[in-house]
Amino acid sequence: MIQTATAEYQDQRLKRPFALHATKIEPLAQETQIKIATRGLNFYYDDQQALFDNNLEIAANQVTAIIGPSGCGKSTHLRTYNRIFELYRGQRVSGEVLLDGQNVLDSSCDVLELRRKVGMIFQKPTPFPMSVFDNIAYGLKQHYHINRSELRDRVEKALQQAALWDDVKDKLNQPGTALSGGQQQRLCIARAIAVEPEILLMDEPTSAIDPVATARIEELVDTLKEHYTIVIVTHNMQQAARISDYTAFFYKGEIIEFGATDKIFTNPDNTKTQDYITGRFG
Amino acid sequence: MQTKTHINLDPAFRWLTLASGLAVLLLVGSILYTLVMGAMPALKHFGFGFLTSQEWNPAFMEFGALSSVYGTLISTAIGMLIAVPLSLVIALFLVEIAPPAVRRIVGGAIELLAAIPSIIFGMWGLFVFAPFMADYIQPWLASIAPGFPLFQGPPMGIGMLSAGIILALMVLPFITSVTRDVFQMVPAVVKESAYGMGSTTWEVTRKVTIPYGIQGVVGACFLGLGRAIGETMAVTFVIGNRHEISASLFAAGNSIASTLANEFTEASDDLYLAALIELGLVLFGVTLILQWAARWWLRRTARKMGAVR
Repeated sequence: MIQTATAEYQDQRLKRPFALHATKIEPLAQETQIKIATRGLNFYYDDQQALFDNNLEIAANQVTAIIGPSGCGKSTHLRTYNRIFELYRGQRVSGEVLLDGQNVLDSSCDVLELRRKVGMIFQKPTPFPMSVFDNIAYGLKQHYHINRSELRDRVEKALQQAALWDDVKDKLNQPGTALSGGQQQRLCIARAIAVEPEILLMDEPTSAIDPVATARIEELVDTLKEHYTIVIVTHNMQQAARISDYTAFFYKGEIIEFGATDKIFTNPDNTKTQDYITGRFG
Repeated sequence: MQTKTHINLDPAFRWLTLASGLAVLLLVGSILYTLVMGAMPALKHFGFGFLTSQEWNPAFMEFGALSSVYGTLISTAIGMLIAVPLSLVIALFLVEIAPPAVRRIVGGAIELLAAIPSIIFGMWGLFVFAPFMADYIQPWLASIAPGFPLFQGPPMGIGMLSAGIILALMVLPFITSVTRDVFQMVPAVVKESAYGMGSTTWEVTRKVTIPYGIQGVVGACFLGLGRAIGETMAVTFVIGNRHEISASLFAAGNSIASTLANEFTEASDDLYLAALIELGLVLFGVTLILQWAARWWLRRTARKMGAVR
């Protein structure tokens, strides 16, 4: 049963455009404020196309989850929002990523300012080789004229927002690497929010940490959406169901279905979405 | 089916590794012992004065190490001052900026540079580089800084500055290739998250890449320093071999290694030979002190930034 299903999908992949099989992506409701919108986004690793005509709208101050099987382009999609893919040779993009209506892929876009506005959290915690305090101060010093006392206040505020202050207030001078895995990940979140971004991109932020720490990060995501627009890539479908307001299902570089999380997880329109969320493949 | 008889070689292997480890200690110990024993007549005869006197006169059996030690330290310092920043920049260029084709070609050229024997550097230094220094670099330095004490005297080509520059060229490939490997080991995701904070390449390099690899970089520098401080042939060719301390870097001088190379065959007298061996002992000591200093500094930075695993 499972095997025939997979074979069928592979067969469909050969018969591009696959988009014929995809559900029509409904735009967000009129009254929803759109923070990011991608229009006709294609992505290439050298000659290999990885994203096909992605059209997606991310609602402001909501959590949008991106789910889908490994290698379906979830992270690739996310990495266009802050243009981090540009660090690598041979990675190209076409189409538009509109942040508040401005195309960030345009060469006139200030990429440093873009990355201040669009923070990113990675799969593994990535504390910099410096103290806890300096980890948070890093971005602040980079983007703001700031004096010492203000810096201290901002660092404390960011750590509090990331629910890490109580854990580290006596360890500010210790190296960031000395914290536990979950604390390191919250340190990275604090570092990202210290520079007052508008959007947080999270690329499987809990896949390398234990369940208790994961629960804390999920709680944190819930409180953070008050101030930030959050896009989270996750392999964990329960997680997506728990914390997100909207869910996009990716498959082989295409967005198959997008909608309110409740709908996607209870009554998806597309049979592939149904198959994936019920664990029939992936 | 018949069971196999197991032969467990682990204990034997454990002994083998232990013995190999101890052999290193034994080797260092016996070198030190030989140096001390060989230097004993000079140690007794000159005492501590050996280190503070710059008198070196075999005819009157007067020996002082000061000018050699000074020459060793100064030529090494010049070499490191030039080689370390240059190596860092080259390594960063290779890792962060260079396109793959350039990375391969330049990387290969640097490894080739490391394979050139020191005698070749010495000959090239004496016949090609020293005249070039005398004709162009030294007059130019003297003209941009007239009266500056470091750039005084006739431009002879050979001398402390030339020795330092040759040393820089010799240690550069070592430091470059090790630091390049160190920078390559900085996880891509750490650099990505620094770029993701809106940092420029310069900021990522200075605040993340270099600190992340600092232990390896310092290790590489000390590898280079170890080579520079004991380098004999190339330095002997270009340093000028004069037992005198001069403020000017244009002046001829000597180093411990060059003195040993030049005079070992001439040391007819026991005290003369002992003095030379004591020079070797001093070199051993200087190297040891620098190694300790490096370790101490590394431990300190590791505490501050977090041991990078």
